[in-house]
Amino acid sequence: MSVFDIIGPVMIGPSSSHTAGAVKLGNMARNVIGHTPERVEIVLHGSFARTYKGHATDLALVAGLLGMRPDDERIPQSFRIAAESGMQFRIDGGDLGDVHPNSARFSLSWQNTGAIVEGSSVGGGAVVLTGVDGFALEYTGSSHALLVFHLDRPGSVAAVTSVLAASMLNIGAMRVSRKEKGSEALMLIEVDQEIPGAVVARVSSLEQVRRVIYFAPLEDDD
Amino acid sequence: MLTSIEHIVKTASEQRCRISEVVLEHEVVTSGRPRDLVVEKMRKRLGIMLLSIEKGKHLAERSPTGLSGGDAARILSHSPVQDTLSEVLGRAIAVAEYNAAMGKIVAAPTAGSAGVLPAVLSVVAERFGATEEQTAMSLFTAAGIGMVISHRATLAGAQGGCQAECGSASAMAAGAAVELANGNPEQVSWAVASALSAQLGLVCDPVGGLVEVPCIQRNGYAGAVALSALYLSLAGVKSLIPADEVIDAMYAVGRALPESLRETAAGGLAATPTGLAIAARCAMCAQRDSDPQ
Repeated sequence: MSVFDIIGPVMIGPSSSHTAGAVKLGNMARNVIGHTPERVEIVLHGSFARTYKGHATDLALVAGLLGMRPDDERIPQSFRIAAESGMQFRIDGGDLGDVHPNSARFSLSWQNTGAIVEGSSVGGGAVVLTGVDGFALEYTGSSHALLVFHLDRPGSVAAVTSVLAASMLNIGAMRVSRKEKGSEALMLIEVDQEIPGAVVARVSSLEQVRRVIYFAPLEDDD
Repeated sequence: MLTSIEHIVKTASEQRCRISEVVLEHEVVTSGRPRDLVVEKMRKRLGIMLLSIEKGKHLAERSPTGLSGGDAARILSHSPVQDTLSEVLGRAIAVAEYNAAMGKIVAAPTAGSAGVLPAVLSVVAERFGATEEQTAMSLFTAAGIGMVISHRATLAGAQGGCQAECGSASAMAAGAAVELANGNPEQVSWAVASALSAQLGLVCDPVGGLVEVPCIQRNGYAGAVALSALYLSLAGVKSLIPADEVIDAMYAVGRALPESLRETAAGGLAATPTGLAIAARCAMCAQRDSDPQ
């Protein structure tokens, strides 16, 4: 823990969990498709669903999808900026099941691609990415990470990790999940350093790999 | 790891330095970042805090929900009483109103309690002639106290009630203010203990689930308690119960609070006839028929 977790974050009010955390969840969802989406449907759960208007959670989520950070003073105008950027969105309350009270699910589309992203705001502005396209995961945005969608076959994990090892990237944490045996699987690999674009490209070009998403840590602007 | 006030006070006393130095040194070691950069980042945060006071003072509009806004101006510009206390109350409420109006603030330790530190430290710095640099250093003392509370207890209203948010902010502000007023490390710990003691049991009961009523006024009161703790400590009034034990007691009390009094808008002021009527009228508020979380 840093002194700047206690004296911070710098943020647009009114709530660290319902406003600042919501911006970060929007940032993560945007990062999954790598672009400002053309269309987004957001389902809010629990306390998010009940109090989102009064805490400006809706403005904050949209701001995050547009790439703004939690201290961006344009957050109150995010709906207008979304319209100017050609992003259509819809926000509804709903039930996402047995998840954290402050959770959201994004259904995003851009050109021919789409993604379903789930995450929770767990307090003090901290967030956890809990799902991408039906795969369960747990990523807090505090490290450099690769999400690698790959074939569930022997050797896939070794192929990816050997690319990282050859680039002297040290793996701090790793988790593999799959929906069913033998189909597509997902690796979440957290590393200690920034991952160069060439390394991401090399992992993407592996035969067993379908898609790679790179997450840089969500750090303060100051 | 900063896990006890006693340990921090002991380290500062042994090294004959201020608590802020101990906390800054800890940050430099754990983050691996150079000292000047860490200090500079804290100065920037102080700058945002001071700006949020100015913005909140001159807030022209009500908050988006219509529940708050304009009280800081009443206290600071129109009240017949103008003194140190009115400045602390007015500035704390200014920041809390600015937060409700979607202004840019520094959560310290939370957004809901963001008014306390800027108000207390800016007023005390003016009264004691402290520089902006010294005020920024005192924020390290506040942060160290907050880290200990976060480690031993909680800073979240949903877990510990308002005593964990405004109460902690008040204890952090009281300790930092003592250092700013040239008190010694032991006096800092007395102020932490007495400020938190004064707010033990304070519940979190936001009307309509929003960070406005009573949160905004409670920022003012938490500032007033911090100021009082500063006065007691500088006078040499000790707290018989050590700060760490008060923090532990705060956590135990928080866990004993029913869920209705921990940020669920299901008890306290939120459940009064007027609180419920406000929530029912307000399109942006939490709906009453939903289960508390």
